[in-house]
Amino acid sequence: MTTLAATGQRRRETTRVAMALAATGILLAAVPLLGLPLFYESFLYLVFHWIVLATSWNILSGYSGYFSFGHGAFFGAGMYTTATLAAKFDVPFLWTLPAAALVAMLLGLAIGAVVFRVQRIRGELFALVTLAVTFVVGTIVLNTPIDGGPGVYLSGVPVPKLGPSPASSLYLMALVTAMATVAIAYAIYRAKLGLALFAIHDDEDVAEVMGVPTFASKMIAFAASCALAGIAGGIHALFVSYVTAGETFTITVPLTVVLMGVLGGTRYWAGPVVGATLITTLLYAFTAGDHAVAGKAVFGALLIAVILFLPDGVLGAPWLRRRERAPSEEAGGDATVATASVSAVESAGARAPDSRVASPAIGEPLLVASGIAKSFSGVHALENVSLAIRRNEILGLLGPNGSGKSTFINLVSGHYRASAGSLRFDGRDITNLDAHRIARLGIARTYQIPRPFAHLSVLDNVALTGMFGAAALERAAAEREAWRWLEFTGLSGKAAALPGDLNLHQRKFLELARALASRPRLLLLDEVLSGLTPGEINDAIALIRRIRDGGATIVFVEHVMRAVLALTDRIVVLDHGLVIAEGAADAVMRQTEVVAAFLGAPNA
Amino acid sequence: MQLPSATLLAQSALSGVFAGALYGLLGLGLSLSWGLLRQINLAHFAFAFLSAYLCYQLSAVGGLDPLLTLAVIVPLFFAIGVATQWLFARFSISTFNSLLVTFGLTVIIESLIQSIWTADFRRLESVYGNARFKVGALYVPAPELLTLCAALALSLAIWGVLRYTDLGKALRASAEDGAIAQAFGVDRDGLALLLSGVCAALAGIAGVCLALSQTLAPAQIYSWIGVVFAAVMMGGLGRPLGPLIAGIVIGVSEALTMAITAPSWAPLVSFTLLIVVLLARPARI
Repeated sequence: MTTLAATGQRRRETTRVAMALAATGILLAAVPLLGLPLFYESFLYLVFHWIVLATSWNILSGYSGYFSFGHGAFFGAGMYTTATLAAKFDVPFLWTLPAAALVAMLLGLAIGAVVFRVQRIRGELFALVTLAVTFVVGTIVLNTPIDGGPGVYLSGVPVPKLGPSPASSLYLMALVTAMATVAIAYAIYRAKLGLALFAIHDDEDVAEVMGVPTFASKMIAFAASCALAGIAGGIHALFVSYVTAGETFTITVPLTVVLMGVLGGTRYWAGPVVGATLITTLLYAFTAGDHAVAGKAVFGALLIAVILFLPDGVLGAPWLRRRERAPSEEAGGDATVATASVSAVESAGARAPDSRVASPAIGEPLLVASGIAKSFSGVHALENVSLAIRRNEILGLLGPNGSGKSTFINLVSGHYRASAGSLRFDGRDITNLDAHRIARLGIARTYQIPRPFAHLSVLDNVALTGMFGAAALERAAAEREAWRWLEFTGLSGKAAALPGDLNLHQRKFLELARALASRPRLLLLDEVLSGLTPGEINDAIALIRRIRDGGATIVFVEHVMRAVLALTDRIVVLDHGLVIAEGAADAVMRQTEVVAAFLGAPNA
Repeated sequence: MQLPSATLLAQSALSGVFAGALYGLLGLGLSLSWGLLRQINLAHFAFAFLSAYLCYQLSAVGGLDPLLTLAVIVPLFFAIGVATQWLFARFSISTFNSLLVTFGLTVIIESLIQSIWTADFRRLESVYGNARFKVGALYVPAPELLTLCAALALSLAIWGVLRYTDLGKALRASAEDGAIAQAFGVDRDGLALLLSGVCAALAGIAGVCLALSQTLAPAQIYSWIGVVFAAVMMGGLGRPLGPLIAGIVIGVSEALTMAITAPSWAPLVSFTLLIVVLLARPARI
């Protein structure tokens, strides 16, 4: 019931946003007919212009956290494409806009193709690379015939007749672009891509392991972002009618855009719209009059005040957010969460996907590791490990700290690349496959120390793997699936909460729900029980048994021997990166090598 | 294309070294606050220009020797740095928001400078301004030489403090993991105040060097950002010798590019260098 309500609510919101955008667009399109003084049209033009730039910037940078300082380059690429085509080759102006978008997009994709592959270039480093690219492109434009130094005049370029006057034609073009940009930003925000970008923002490595194609997501967002900036540049070239490299490829454009995004709130699709409108108006109000210098100082002070008191932007202001969170908190009576899991298991287990009545029989190997090894600059974390995991078994992976258990899980889930050896999953070679592809094939994992996406709700955290994991569901279906697993793990009362509001036990179960929602065929559990109380361990043991009965194969890394003995069909013991024993749990744990590995040699 | 004479090349390489020294001096405080306090302080440039204008005022109008103005400027900017850090700590500002807040601060300082000294160019005429030596066939201007000496001395001094003293160890430890350092008895907040004060004082010293060797205008605050950031990133964050070395590399390559091709090509070299360094060895940063 709650699920349907949430989905319906979302659909209604989409309709509302679309209608609001359309209505605003039509109203604003009528402005040139009012015969207002020219000033209004050019002022509103600037507002739309900055809305396009700030909103397009936000699609990559706000959503995914890759703060680009290169928006000047993409804007400038569009500007110079239009200027060159229209002024030098007499191409009709409107035809130059798709070219402007294309050139800016290709520039962005070329940068992305290199930069997004270098894992360390995130955050501030991405900002610097893109800023440096801006200056490089600017220098090239300045010193080649594209500009050559004196700038390019567009005064001879005819303005297409869309409105009563050239000024109103420019106004209408900017309005249409702004509306389209906001609509695209909203569509991405609501789509799978939006959730992928927000997950990348919070923890890119985990997102990749959960099945999010991080590279492709960033490239698509960057392409959209750059293309829209290119169009804004093309229109602006005609608006200013004189283009110079010195004023285009600067730090001013990206800084202004970043300020607008941050002021409005980068996590909200409408944030940059608010920020762009506010800053353009403020700049105009403060710097147009006789007190331009004082106005500038006031602008700086306002900026500081906003960042200090509203670090999440205007739309992130507490008094606006309270309204949004309230209904969801009413929905869940969360008092019973901690104890609900056993009964939830009883009731939800029967409805678990692929569930069969009896424990399924153990079959042929599902995952085969042959001679797999991993070393970190000379340190061998895992040496020549060969083992097979059979269908529907629970394999316990044991060993003292540092024996290579987590390394094994990181290798299978694709987080690390193997130094040697091979991994085959269901007959297919998955050695060194991208992590998101491995997730798609049906391998899911939990993290020993929970790594939820901190800014996504518990529901979105779980729905994400439903969308990007093996199940590959659409957003609405993934949310239904997520609700089911939240019930299964006793977290449905916390669906709307942020992971930070959960206690350790709940975060461990969130890890589990997140792995399960992808409908994995192989589930890698990395110490899900550590840190739980004995009562909570009992709940978890029941839960894990129920998961296996649902048809999954499980690799179970654990130190809690009670759980190992209760759950596993077979165990493998690792020590110093090597397999030292293998077999039924109670027998293996009596072997002298195993005892020695855990407790030291008896005569020592 | 004709290659310029050896003397001309050597002279431009030398002027590149001097330009690099100024990049390094400006970058030193920036690198320390970024690397050790995780703050990207755009206002560092505004501080330097404010100090340059103060130096101009005190010596051109007040008749003080430009180097003596340091006695006023260093303590004043130390206090400004401490105050800034107090504000940052009070509101626990994230790395990215620090960029935005200090940009706001920069805009305020720029308008302050503009309202006091106008947007016109100002040039400090001092005893140092026109002094120059001749070493072999090369001219060595005194203000630039002073800048180089200051940059070398300060970078080495800070490198020594960070590497060999307990204070330096405490600073590096709290940069690595502030909470843990605090648990081991490091006064993290006090150190941050001290460091921020030192960084701003460094901006003040860089400002005096600016006043001695450059023509000043408020809008020029922004023209240094790109290239100094390049030097800071290339040199490695929080490494006191980094900005100077990288600055000199950038300065010399820019100067040689200018001598061989045209001055307008110069940014291409520095920023391509920066991109290559970021892509090839991001682990350093």
